[in-house]
Amino acid sequence: MSEPILQVSDLKTSFSVKRSGRKYSLKAVDGVSLSLSAGEVLGIVGESGCGKTTVGRSIVRLVQPDGGAIRFKGADVLAASGSALRDMRLNLRMVFQDPYASLNPRRSIGDSVAEAGDINKVFKNRADRATRIAETLTAVGLEPSFAARYPHELSGGQRQRAGIARAILPAPAVIIADEPVSALDVSVQAQVLNLMMDLRERLGLSMLFISHDIGVIGQISDRVAVMYMGRVVELSDARGIVDRSAHPYTRALMAAVPKPDPSQRIAGAIETGEPPSQLNRPVGCAYAARCPLVSDRCRVEVPELRPIAPDNRLAACHNL
Amino acid sequence: MNRDGIALWLTPFVARPIALIGLCVLLAMVIAAAFAPWLAPYNPYAIDPISRLMPPDAVHWFGTDQFGRDTLSRAIYSARMALLIGAGVVFFALITGIPIGVLSALFPRLGHVLMRMVDVLMAFPSLLLALGLIVILGPSVANSIIAIGAGYMTTTTRIIYGLALRLRAETYVEASRSMGSGTWWLVIKHILPNLISPLLVQASFVFAFAQLGAASLDFLGLGAPPDIPSWGNMLAESRTFITRAPWLLFFPGMMIVLTAFSLNLVGDALRDRLDPRFRNAFGGEG
Amino acid sequence: MLSVRDLTVSIGSDAAPVDIVSGVSFDIGKGEILGLVGESGCGKSMTSLAVMGLLPQPGPRIRDGRIDLVGADVTTLQPWQRVEAGHGCIAMIFQEPMTSLNPVRRIGDQIAEAVRVHDGISGAPAWARAQELLELVRIPDAALQLSAYPHQLSGGQRQRIMIAIALACRPQVLIADEPTTALDVTIQIQILGLLRDLCNRLDMSILFITHDMGVIAQLADRVAVMYGGRIVETADVGALFREPRHHYTRGLMDCMPARNLGARRLPTISGQAPRPGAIRTGCVFAPRCAAVQDLCLVNTPPRLVLGKGHEALCAFPLQAGRAL
Repeated sequence: MSEPILQVSDLKTSFSVKRSGRKYSLKAVDGVSLSLSAGEVLGIVGESGCGKTTVGRSIVRLVQPDGGAIRFKGADVLAASGSALRDMRLNLRMVFQDPYASLNPRRSIGDSVAEAGDINKVFKNRADRATRIAETLTAVGLEPSFAARYPHELSGGQRQRAGIARAILPAPAVIIADEPVSALDVSVQAQVLNLMMDLRERLGLSMLFISHDIGVIGQISDRVAVMYMGRVVELSDARGIVDRSAHPYTRALMAAVPKPDPSQRIAGAIETGEPPSQLNRPVGCAYAARCPLVSDRCRVEVPELRPIAPDNRLAACHNL
Repeated sequence: MNRDGIALWLTPFVARPIALIGLCVLLAMVIAAAFAPWLAPYNPYAIDPISRLMPPDAVHWFGTDQFGRDTLSRAIYSARMALLIGAGVVFFALITGIPIGVLSALFPRLGHVLMRMVDVLMAFPSLLLALGLIVILGPSVANSIIAIGAGYMTTTTRIIYGLALRLRAETYVEASRSMGSGTWWLVIKHILPNLISPLLVQASFVFAFAQLGAASLDFLGLGAPPDIPSWGNMLAESRTFITRAPWLLFFPGMMIVLTAFSLNLVGDALRDRLDPRFRNAFGGEG
Repeated sequence: MLSVRDLTVSIGSDAAPVDIVSGVSFDIGKGEILGLVGESGCGKSMTSLAVMGLLPQPGPRIRDGRIDLVGADVTTLQPWQRVEAGHGCIAMIFQEPMTSLNPVRRIGDQIAEAVRVHDGISGAPAWARAQELLELVRIPDAALQLSAYPHQLSGGQRQRIMIAIALACRPQVLIADEPTTALDVTIQIQILGLLRDLCNRLDMSILFITHDMGVIAQLADRVAVMYGGRIVETADVGALFREPRHHYTRGLMDCMPARNLGARRLPTISGQAPRPGAIRTGCVFAPRCAAVQDLCLVNTPPRLVLGKGHEALCAFPLQAGRAL
């Protein structure tokens, strides 16, 4: 594999929360390592509270990690300043989930799309700025005239296209897409996913695609990391996750996705439990309480990611 | 703001006739202040010892005071003082409230200190605070503005602080931060534009309460110099004649009530326009 | 159990009404689960609120049509009037259970209150019934959880509580409006399993509203697909997924990522859903339909009966026997 464009090593992030007067430390991300090659789409899938969003937000420095390193083309992202920081701001770009909340209602679409360029002073003059906005809007399938419109005049799908336009102007290297299609209707979701796949090819983008939807993740990703309770539990190519998942959590996740096929139906009550409280993490494997393969070792020792036969995928489980 | 925007601002007035009346009363006040020399039938300072304390009649519609001055003319000229005080207090409250509120929201530690200070100021009744400040600063029009403004600066700051805290957590602000924006950028491009509408509402209420505050100070002889026509001064000068010439108190008193009431009506209408629960009822964006 | 005929819900003035639900008809048999599926703004939630008698006031109103519950006309009755008149009970659960629960009252009190209203018992017997209901919805340690507060429970457990409260009135029909949309998939599958189980055990009918075709396939016996305020296709779940006959249904299935894993591009339905009242003549789906004909833009499409219980609102339906 070529030199990774983005490398996350042993990332740890926690938040302090107050519950009934006491302060707790909530470990949102607990030692995550990932690498993204140039031109690759790495999917991160997991359920709410698994830490997938925090990983993305750490990369664009919206949250300050407690430990670990993030490297973009070998340079330290967390310690960057001056022109190196400006370079990272322009190259590591985020697409947000809610297209209604992520655009300022009082700013025109053009102003929103050009924001990164304006902040980092990349436009030569007003004409250059207008041209770049028009080109970018066209690239995401919107008319250039949308530049003068305001968010409330756009549909959800159009807003998300504007959100993507904002992330690709000027030319970024990596897009961190945090649930970019979850708020959209299925028919619009497919349009936006197609757009993202197109842009990836046309602009040679690398992408960290974060979603709870295994169908969407399997569709767009080359490799997939499955997260549970702040840790990566399985990492493999997309096919390997969707068709032949190894980790018991991934298998439960895959089994739970409602299949659009009435001949493969749930028969009746299924009780597979719920994740433990994040404030009160178990000592060993976080999945132990729900796991069908659980052994004594799981309740004491946290499993590390390790290669599993036959295809040398990575999984964090003692019993594989 | 485009034409649709203006139409949206007007909808609450169309849907609510009483607010429209309030708006008209305010417009009348502004016209009275602007064209006082032409509208007033007499010189408000002209003393006429022969026609002292005349009740309202065809010559002096609002009657005359103890020096024979025309009450209607004085009431019209007083609108100037009312607008000056109102605008001054609103300006003072915003010019202090916006920076304190916004900076407190953006820098939590600084905010912790500043907001505690605001809390202390809020603990004083606003009239007591104004009186204390006037005692320190001395009575004058400018000092009335500062003294009354100090009281409304606290509530304005609180409101701005709350709004700015909410805006700071908006996804579009996060998006902007992820692209490397600084504090100045966030304030100018994202926070202030979204504060304009709620501040307009707050300004209309502050304007109304400033009228009452200024009238109180004038009445106590601690506001504008007594020779300047203002509704509060007119009340103060005439209170000894309350039994012989009640119209001297009735007309300025009515002006104060009418102005404050109209401002509150307009403020209510604007607030309902901004409250999303009422927005659909007015056919606005939903 | 429940029969809805030509239900039309409108907003706007009587002179110029805008129909947000237009001519919707369906029946739900005893112990049957009817899935009502559609995208946002298609009128599915408005349909359920109208059936429930809970349309927001002021605002949309039933302009036409009739709702029969267990053989009695309840079109204009509020839920409590239905209970008083002895027409039986429809209960409803929503997407976000937290907003429907009182945060400062214990779970047990809230269920016991529902029990008191419907069974007329209070005190210890009501609590016993509350515990029974919690066991019915498979909350572990039911006796213990009765004294918990809503915020101490997870999203999935809160939805179970809402189901328990809904069951307190022994409903003949349960309306579930996107009850699993806010939940994680591993929790969602458990709630779906629970609903299926309750439906079988209590012989209860369910009107299940969702945007998710996968959920429909897993749970529903029959399906009604809604688009632009109309039911465009109705069929048994097997027939619908085996051979959808309406172009919209087919398009919706095609663009699901789960059916296209590994494809370079997903099939899409072009454009976006119309606003209510935007399309007045012809077929509501015509502007987005890949097989649109000139006639579709002018004539209201016929409701064709294409098989046993299989209807489509389309003049040129897809051919049968075309496998997906």
